Amino acid sequence: MAEDTKNNQNSDEKKVQETRDKFLKDYNKKRTTQSPDGQTIEVDPLKDYFSQDRPQRREPHGGVIEKFLNWARSESIWVLGFGTGCGSIEIPPLTTPRFDMFRFGVAMRPTPRQSSAIIISGYLSVKTLKRAIRSYEQMMQPKFVLALGSCTINGGMYWDSYNTINRLDYYMPVDVYVAGCMPRPEALLAGFNQLKKRIREGRAEGANKYADNFDWYKANQKQIIKDWNMPDHNW
Amino acid sequence: MDILTRVLFTLLGLFIILNWGLLMTAIMRKLTAKVGRRVGIRWYQPWINLIKLYGKRNSISHGVMYQLGPVFRLLGGVGLVLFMPLIFGSEYFTNFSFTGDLVLIIYIKFFGMLGMALGAGEGGHPYSAVGVSRGLAQVTTVEVPFTLAVIALAVQYNTISIHEIVAAQQGGILNWTIFTNPVASAAALLSMLGIFMHSPFDLHTAPNEIPIGPPTEYHSAYLGLLRTNAAILHVIEAILFMNLFFGGANNWIELIIKTFFIYFFSVFVGVVSPRFRIDQSARWFLKVPLLLGIIAIILIL
Repeated sequence: MAEDTKNNQNSDEKKVQETRDKFLKDYNKKRTTQSPDGQTIEVDPLKDYFSQDRPQRREPHGGVIEKFLNWARSESIWVLGFGTGCGSIEIPPLTTPRFDMFRFGVAMRPTPRQSSAIIISGYLSVKTLKRAIRSYEQMMQPKFVLALGSCTINGGMYWDSYNTINRLDYYMPVDVYVAGCMPRPEALLAGFNQLKKRIREGRAEGANKYADNFDWYKANQKQIIKDWNMPDHNW
Repeated sequence: MDILTRVLFTLLGLFIILNWGLLMTAIMRKLTAKVGRRVGIRWYQPWINLIKLYGKRNSISHGVMYQLGPVFRLLGGVGLVLFMPLIFGSEYFTNFSFTGDLVLIIYIKFFGMLGMALGAGEGGHPYSAVGVSRGLAQVTTVEVPFTLAVIALAVQYNTISIHEIVAAQQGGILNWTIFTNPVASAAALLSMLGIFMHSPFDLHTAPNEIPIGPPTEYHSAYLGLLRTNAAILHVIEAILFMNLFFGGANNWIELIIKTFFIYFFSVFVGVVSPRFRIDQSARWFLKVPLLLGIIAIILIL
């Protein structure tokens, strides 16, 4: 379990369950309802509408094929358009003539399904952490996390804030950190190049790490997110 | 020529068309980047994207129709290639064209889009539904002037075989339909802007409003199929216009030059035009191109 003790208030499993029921939206609660044909059916939205399957470990092919695929992955990084904190303002300049990330095969995608990388751009409040986790879990493997700014490393200037997390890699496996407050777009480009290098070396297996240590990550996440009103895993 | 040779040459044509389509996509992205004073993507980026998409390690499904959607869409693109004569006078690249293929091709052109609409609908994302409804609304208004122009052509040449329409345009640039029937050509070329769906008629995927419309939920190999199909579709639709209005092609070089200019006509219009709202674009197609189409029909009767 994480040593992020200042936020660890809900260590009791039963209490977690209670708060979860308390915060669950009405339309997500278990209920009986009338079908159009007049039958009475039981609906449990969290089970019926979402998949609760644990994420699976996906083995790399290995050998030359994996090297080739890793090269392709590294040359075509699709970043989820997801902005948190002050760092999100550093991302739009990358699409402008001055920095132009398309040169490096980096492009923005609007949906997590199609993205292969997510940038956590600065401090992550507890509310946003929930959305970040949902987005990260909906991405297809292999997926990469790039953490921007010192807030994601140790909390930065928000170290003793009541509603931000301190260490990002307690909650999702980070591939590359870009330090600074705030890092300039050049630093972000350098971070992309570092990520590419890591992918080509076959070391960017964050998704598998997340699947292997799923319980540990979930325990950490549930301690921080007090109004946990979503399924345990969003495919 | 036996059936096996015919299939092999059709597949060879499909391969050339796919790669030319990917290269055209790259050139198009490069051109829009240059307009924005950027360097833009590498010319081989579309191929890398395809490899990456097919090489993703997992994918999820929302149901049978969701999985069939990209297949139907690809069927639309490949079906067009199957029945389209590519090179005029070549025994090998006439594919499976037959008398009356023009009607079939106009039908197949719409088929892929319907499959995509069903698949995207099962994806369940609200933006997919918005994109599909916008796309279908626009395509419906585009089809009307285009079909009128095609009917005018069929009456003019007294045939619904693409091969015979191309044959009638041989023997000099002035025999091309664009000179012999400028009104119908204008109606078709203006509706072509809607068929290629570049700005100003790209509201169905509007990247800044409804993230990317119908394919919002599509990923991994599904998206790879859609991208493959998009590359094929751009070229084969340009080939359709080349056959109908620009005298066809006698060899691959001529085909590549003509499709380049036909496709990039819509790109050039796109880079200098802001996006239309759906009511504006529908109204535009039902004004200028439809009027021209009706005039073309009246003139030809």
